[in-house]
Amino acid sequence: MPNFLNNVLENLFGKPATTRYPFEKVKPQPGTRGEIRFNMQKCDQCQDCERTCPSAAIKVYPEEKKIEWNPFKCIYCHACVRACMHEAIEPMINVESPDYLKTIKTFES
Amino acid sequence: MSNESKLTVIPFGPQHPVLPEPVQLQFYVDEEKIVDVKPNIGYIHRGIERAAELNDYRRNLYLCERICGICNIIHGQTYAGIIEKLTDTEIPIRAKYLRTIWAELARLQSHLLWLGLFAEAVGFESLFMKVWRDRELVLDLTETTNGHRIHLGTTLIGGVNKDMDDKLASRYINDMDRLEKEIDDWADVFRKDSSFLSKTVGLGVLPKRDAIHSGAVGPVIRASGIPQDMRNNGYEAYGELDFKPVVHDSCDVQGRVLVRLDECYSSINIIKRAINQMPDGPIAVNNEKFPEGEAIYRTEQPRGEVFYYAKGNGTIHLERLRIRTPTLPNIPPLLSMLVGHTVSDIPAIVHSIDPCMSCTERITYINKEEN
Repeated sequence: MPNFLNNVLENLFGKPATTRYPFEKVKPQPGTRGEIRFNMQKCDQCQDCERTCPSAAIKVYPEEKKIEWNPFKCIYCHACVRACMHEAIEPMINVESPDYLKTIKTFES
Repeated sequence: MSNESKLTVIPFGPQHPVLPEPVQLQFYVDEEKIVDVKPNIGYIHRGIERAAELNDYRRNLYLCERICGICNIIHGQTYAGIIEKLTDTEIPIRAKYLRTIWAELARLQSHLLWLGLFAEAVGFESLFMKVWRDRELVLDLTETTNGHRIHLGTTLIGGVNKDMDDKLASRYINDMDRLEKEIDDWADVFRKDSSFLSKTVGLGVLPKRDAIHSGAVGPVIRASGIPQDMRNNGYEAYGELDFKPVVHDSCDVQGRVLVRLDECYSSINIIKRAINQMPDGPIAVNNEKFPEGEAIYRTEQPRGEVFYYAKGNGTIHLERLRIRTPTLPNIPPLLSMLVGHTVSDIPAIVHSIDPCMSCTERITYINKEEN
């Protein structure tokens, strides 16, 4: 096919369409929903995020002023970010990297 | 069948290199010719309907999006649509347009995925790579607007949760123009390439009459010359976008390829038109009521019509949620398409209905006598 011949020449002299992943980090797009971080100075332990979370990845301990977030249960929908009235949950655009152990992240004030 | 004992039975699946998802098809073959097919589904039943009854109805939105990876945003929109129907919520017009744009993006990426997979199934691997490279354009666009490549989570009950500014809208127009050019590049291979046509033309014929009687949906019935498309009903913003379904009447596998190829162009046109027509305004309304009563809601997915039935009793839980995804009605036509062909034609015909088994499995059937 003539249009495939064009493509062959393009690939011979041009850059590849893929990235060399482990050596070259893939940049997330600007709107990506990534990890979340709790700002414990703003948080008032109201548990709205825990009630909204569809996958029960957030656990709030109001007496100890502690929040546990499980990045491996989280579906990264940012429903908690929208639910928080004090804007205490900060969304980030990076993506949690794979891990050997399913560690739970703890935030304490 | 009287001479069943003389026939050879070839079990195809549930694990097979050709199949994208687990379904078992037992082929009764006389030498190379297929005489009868028996399907066996139920390998990935996940109990989603039951989970939806136990869940808070607002959390179900994310559950329903996980029924299918490819058509997830349309599942989310259908669920949101039925809850809005049960709670008498009218969503803002801008939200309707945004939902339409994202549903068309999902259709675009699904059709591009299918065209690539199909090219690979008939043995055209370089075409597969070319199609999938262009699919990245759509996925990058989805990631920028919705936050993820596949599981979007942008739909809310009562609207959407992300808006589009002018900069993003112009990026949409630019990328859609670019994608149209890229598709023009390889579309002729699907239409005219002789080695490709030799594997698709005249294969898996489903006559118009059979398509209606066996209850086919989506691109399968549209390739048999019937303009059945849920978008004709004008849900979301389709009523204002002058939508016309894509129909081909060759009734064979090539017809289904062309329907999906032409739908890529139609989706691009709908996205461009929707962005130009989209009014300003709010993107969501607050929804305070609990769902009460019964309702049905139908939308068009890349694979065909999806049907939701919900029954609410005024509490936070739904009493019943019934979901019928498009692959289930497409299985009986598939069986009639396969009969009479040879074993080597199986991959192309099975792929032509775009089977998505994990969406399909809703019930498990236990035979008590045989355990």
